[in-house]
Amino acid sequence: MKSDTKVFLLKVLIHAGALLPLMNLYFLAFNDEIGADPVETVIHFTGIGALNLLLLTLSVTPIAKIIKQGYLLKTRRVLGLYAYTYALFHLFNFLAFEVQFDGSLFISEVIKRPYITVGMIAFFLLTALAITSINKLKRKMGKSWQSLHNFNYLIVLLATIHFYWSVKSELTSPLFYFVVAIALLLFRYKKIKRLILSVFI
Amino acid sequence: MLIKIPSKNHLEDSSVTQESIYHERRSLLKQMGFLGAGALMSSVIAQNAKAGFFDNDDEPTFQTKPLKYKKDTLNQALLKTPEQKVISHNNFYEFGSKKDQPIELAQGFVVDPWQLKVSGECDHPMTLDYDDLTKMFPLEERIYRLRCVEAWSMVIPWIGFSLASLLKKVAPNSRAKYVVFETLYDPKQMPGQESRRLGGGIKYPYVEGLRIDEAMNPLTLMSVGLYGKTLPPQNGAPIRLVVPWKYGFKSIKSIVGIKLLEHQPPTTWNKLAPKEYGFYANVNPSHDHPRWSQASERHITTGGLFARNRIPTLPFNGYGEEVADLYRGMDLSKHY
Repeated sequence: MKSDTKVFLLKVLIHAGALLPLMNLYFLAFNDEIGADPVETVIHFTGIGALNLLLLTLSVTPIAKIIKQGYLLKTRRVLGLYAYTYALFHLFNFLAFEVQFDGSLFISEVIKRPYITVGMIAFFLLTALAITSINKLKRKMGKSWQSLHNFNYLIVLLATIHFYWSVKSELTSPLFYFVVAIALLLFRYKKIKRLILSVFI
Repeated sequence: MLIKIPSKNHLEDSSVTQESIYHERRSLLKQMGFLGAGALMSSVIAQNAKAGFFDNDDEPTFQTKPLKYKKDTLNQALLKTPEQKVISHNNFYEFGSKKDQPIELAQGFVVDPWQLKVSGECDHPMTLDYDDLTKMFPLEERIYRLRCVEAWSMVIPWIGFSLASLLKKVAPNSRAKYVVFETLYDPKQMPGQESRRLGGGIKYPYVEGLRIDEAMNPLTLMSVGLYGKTLPPQNGAPIRLVVPWKYGFKSIKSIVGIKLLEHQPPTTWNKLAPKEYGFYANVNPSHDHPRWSQASERHITTGGLFARNRIPTLPFNGYGEEVADLYRGMDLSKHY
C-alpha cells in the first residue's frame, strides 16, 4: 500500500472514530436516554474525549519515530482539530446545559474557580492553534508557527490539571492522564528543556 | 414550602426508558466511544471484571417489595424525579464513584439478614433486625427535595419513619449531644471498599453525624423505601438516613450502626476535605463550595439536554421554617 493510501485510510478511521461517538452522544442526550443527568454525561464525555485526542495527537510523533513510519505525521492536524472540536463541545455543554446561558454565572465561574480558569486558558491557546492550522496562515507565519504550536505541551499540562482539580476525590484517572502526559513530554525532553531555557535566559 | 406546577414536558413513569434498553444503548455508546472515551472503557472493564464480559444484563436484579405506608398529602404537587432516574443516578462510592456504577454493581447486595445496632449514651440500647426496619414503626411517605453538594437536585417520595421515634425508644441520656451513623463495611460485597480506584479514594466505613437536636427534628427521616417499595441497594438498602435540609452526602446509606455521643464525631467528607465539606453541610446558597457556586441547582426531571432545569437554591433547601431555629445565633458562613 502506498503511504498516501495509508494516510487516507487512517484519516477515514479518525473521522469516523471522532464523529460517530459524538453524534451518538448527542442523539441519546437530546432524547434523555443517557443516564439520569445527560448534562453531566455530555460534559464528562467531551472533556475526557478532548484530553484523549490531545494525548493521541502528541503520541503520533513518538510512535512514528519508533516504528519509522513518517507518513503517520500527516494525521497530527486532523487529530488536533478533533481535540479542539471536543474541547469546543465541552465548553459549549457547560455554557448551554450546565449554566444554561446565565452569562453572569458563566463569567463568575470562569473567574472564581481556578480549575475552570485553567481549562479556559487551555481552550484559548488551543483555539489559536486550531485557527493557525490553516495552510495559508501556516505559510505566512513561517518560523513563528512552530513556536506557537509548541504551546501544545503547555496545553496538555493545563488540561490534565483542569481534570485533576475538577474531581471530588477519585484521583486515579486524573493521575493516570498526568503520567501519560508527562511521559509524552519526556519523550521531547531536549526540545522542552531548550524551550524552557529560552524563556528564562 | 415551594410548590411547583408540573411543566408541559412532564412525563409519566411509563414513558421512562426501560432499564434493559437503557443499558444496551449505554454499552453501545461505550463501545463506539473507543477513541473519545478511554476512561469510559476502563469503567466497562471494571464492571465486567466481576460479571464476565457479556452477561452484564443477565445478572439478577435486586428484588424490591411493596410497602404499606401513609401517603404524603401535603407535597404531591412537587415535580418528582422519575423513579428510573432516582435509582440510576447515585453517589454511593461503596459501589463505584461514577453515578451509573451503583445500579450496576449493587444488584447482588444482601440486605436480609441485617442488623442495625443503636447504642452509646442511652438507657435502652437495642439492635434492629431486617424485619424490624419496616415493622417496628408505622411507615409514612415523605416527598422531599434532595440537594446534592454537586449542585443538582431531585424530588423523591421516600418511605420511612422519623429518626426521633427510634431515638425515643433507646432513651438518650443527658450526655447524648451528637449522633453518629455508620455504613456497612463489607469489601466482599462493596467493590468500592475493596478497590481504591472504584471507591473514589474515600475512607471506609463511611461515617456521618448530626447534632442531637437535628436528629430529633421531625423532618429527619430513616428511610426504608422510595416510590412505594423497599429501597434498592444503590439507594442505600435496607435503611438510610434522609436529612432534607442538608447536602445529600449527610444522608448516609445502608446503615449498620447509630451511636449517641457526647462529642462531635469526625465525619467522612469533612475529614477528607474540611474546607469543602463542613460538619453541618446545611444547604446554603450564599456559601459557595470553593470550586463551584451553590446559588442555583439543576433540578433533574425529564426532558434531556434541553430541559431548562436550573432553579435557585433555597436556604436550608426550602425547609427553613422547620429548621432555621436550630442554628439561631450561629455564623453559618463559619459553620458551613
